[in-house]
Amino acid sequence: MFIEILEQVLNGLLAGAYYLLIALGLTLIFSLGGLVNLAHGAFYAFGAYFAVKLADTVGFGGALILSPIAVAMIGLIVERFLFRRFYREDPALGLLLTFGLAMVAEQSLRWIFGAAPIPFSIPPVLKGQVLIGDFIYSKYRLLMLVVAAAAVGGLWVLLRRTPFGRVVRAGVQNPDMVAALGISLKPYMASVVALAVALAALAGVLLAPISGVHPAMGADILTASFVVVVIGGLGSFWGVVWAALIVGVVRGLTIYFFPPAAEASMYLLMLLVLLFRPRGLFGERIARFE
Amino acid sequence: MDRSPVSRRRREVLKGVGAATALGTLGFPAIVRSQSDAIRFGHLTPRTGFLGPLGEYAVMGVNLAVDELNAAGGIMGRKIELIAEDSVNPQTASTKAERLIERDKVVVIIGEISSASGLAIAQVAQRNRTLFFNTGCNSDELRGKSCNRYMFHTEAANSMYVGAEGQALLRDGMVKGKKWYSLTADYAFGHDLLKVAKRFMTANGGTFAADELVPTDAADFSPYLLKIRNAKPDLVISNLAGAQIGNFMKQYLEFGLPFPVAGFGFDTAIAWGVGKGNVTGTWPLVWDSQVKTPAAQRFTDAFTKKYGKPPENQAWGDYLSTKHVAQAMNELKTTDSTKIVEHLEKGAKFDVLKTREGYYRNWDHQLMQEMYTITFKPAAEVKDKWDLFNLSAPVPVANQSLELLAPTREENNCTMPT
Repeated sequence: MFIEILEQVLNGLLAGAYYLLIALGLTLIFSLGGLVNLAHGAFYAFGAYFAVKLADTVGFGGALILSPIAVAMIGLIVERFLFRRFYREDPALGLLLTFGLAMVAEQSLRWIFGAAPIPFSIPPVLKGQVLIGDFIYSKYRLLMLVVAAAAVGGLWVLLRRTPFGRVVRAGVQNPDMVAALGISLKPYMASVVALAVALAALAGVLLAPISGVHPAMGADILTASFVVVVIGGLGSFWGVVWAALIVGVVRGLTIYFFPPAAEASMYLLMLLVLLFRPRGLFGERIARFE
Repeated sequence: MDRSPVSRRRREVLKGVGAATALGTLGFPAIVRSQSDAIRFGHLTPRTGFLGPLGEYAVMGVNLAVDELNAAGGIMGRKIELIAEDSVNPQTASTKAERLIERDKVVVIIGEISSASGLAIAQVAQRNRTLFFNTGCNSDELRGKSCNRYMFHTEAANSMYVGAEGQALLRDGMVKGKKWYSLTADYAFGHDLLKVAKRFMTANGGTFAADELVPTDAADFSPYLLKIRNAKPDLVISNLAGAQIGNFMKQYLEFGLPFPVAGFGFDTAIAWGVGKGNVTGTWPLVWDSQVKTPAAQRFTDAFTKKYGKPPENQAWGDYLSTKHVAQAMNELKTTDSTKIVEHLEKGAKFDVLKTREGYYRNWDHQLMQEMYTITFKPAAEVKDKWDLFNLSAPVPVANQSLELLAPTREENNCTMPT
């Protein structure tokens, strides 16, 4: 029994990566732009659909790189013509905009590709399992984990160790002061949105062979990703990482002990966290949101 | 200055996210209206959410049937006008059913896939004495405890699926003395199916290694797969529904578990959605385009011509129900629901696009019909993306009663409210 629980904990830690890439993008756009992007799931779905189409010609590896780039381009256009008008507005307006966008995107996918799921398989070289002692794991999911970890690491370096990251972090804390210093945040905001939706698209490509490619896939994963952001604390990088891991473990253990509550467990966790730590586990104090 | 730990702004954002997520469960209406002397048919089925992929085929099926009927003169010379909408969930289904009956004056509601929404529509239909043809809800309870005079079931009942699949499992020696590990969709359909499956298993000497409920929004099965691996069952049983079946099969193969798989509910569109190399197990099926009777062939050809892909079981259900309603109305020269009910209860025979004709059983309104099971072909034998499995010969076999697989009065009694 102890071994079985340990298995679930390990698997849960790995499963946390499912939400991580999406949650990180959400928190980035929110902390710099003050915009809660309900359309983020749509970019995740775009990533998966592009991958299906691209994989025919460039293979899975090619799709893993090209699909996020293509989606980032769409992100830039959406940022330039829509998001940009809403950063300083009442958050309710941004919610309405992105909620509408999400519906338009989902229905467009339904029109173009049909409501039925589209087949997309794990590439043949990654089929199979890895056995470590008695712990079994799929080769494909190991790759997924490596890619996700690399993306998170890369993002952290970008935000903490580069001039670009310094401006972004300053912009999060005090955009007016950044403007007063003569730095326009516009190009930074565009880059952050492109980066965030590219991460969502990357998650879409990675999860497509596991969770299926269908129009509602974005809406399905978005709610869970928001829960991760809220548990971790709006605006906190490591908070999101921790929260994703915790949600994965809690879900795994719930399935071990009481499977019907599998999906409810993360909402209960959110409730508890908000009761005791209203800013989330690692929520930073961002003056202009207080 | 606001010194509370959580600001108003942050709180509003959270509230907004919650409200928006709740709003997301509403759907998009797709309404077509035209001539006033037309006879109106209502169609409700989930077109979004986890049953949406199946609903899309239902809509294709009903549209083809209406096109064919109108080309052949409609009903008593009047055109049929179809009003088709997304049923979304039980609450919305109920509201839309009421609107279809009261405002649009439809003579029948056809469709639905979710057993929970089916029950909601059935209650509205009964209150208004309007016909409801269920094309995709499997729960026995809809034919038993919740049965009513105005509801007919073209879709087979859970008992019939379990009966068909059960014959295949008995043949393969997978029941007596065997341990089953079952995963069940945690809503009305799944609970009902689990009950029927358990009855079959116990009666034939099998036991559960475990039976577990799976929330319908679960997409990652890895924690369940680890548990199954440790339990070492003789057979893994799926009582799942919709897109979840596809995710389950894919991830089961991804983890390479060695135990055989079977299921008690299945839809071809799901197998098409995961594709070659990602499918496994033995499953029951109510109809497939591999059935080669002349009428079935005509349906398959017309469907393929119109939509560029073959029909599957859900398209069959909505196509067939529409044809049956129109046939009964044309034969009786009336759209009066009570007269149609009496006609069907007298045992009117219908072509069901299978070898033997079917009829709606008088005491529970279930269409008596043949069933099939499928097994997947090895990937090397698959010719195209629609060609994934072999279809069994129909059950019950030719000299047995069609009622053999259906629930008995003792198992699933129905007393129609007057």
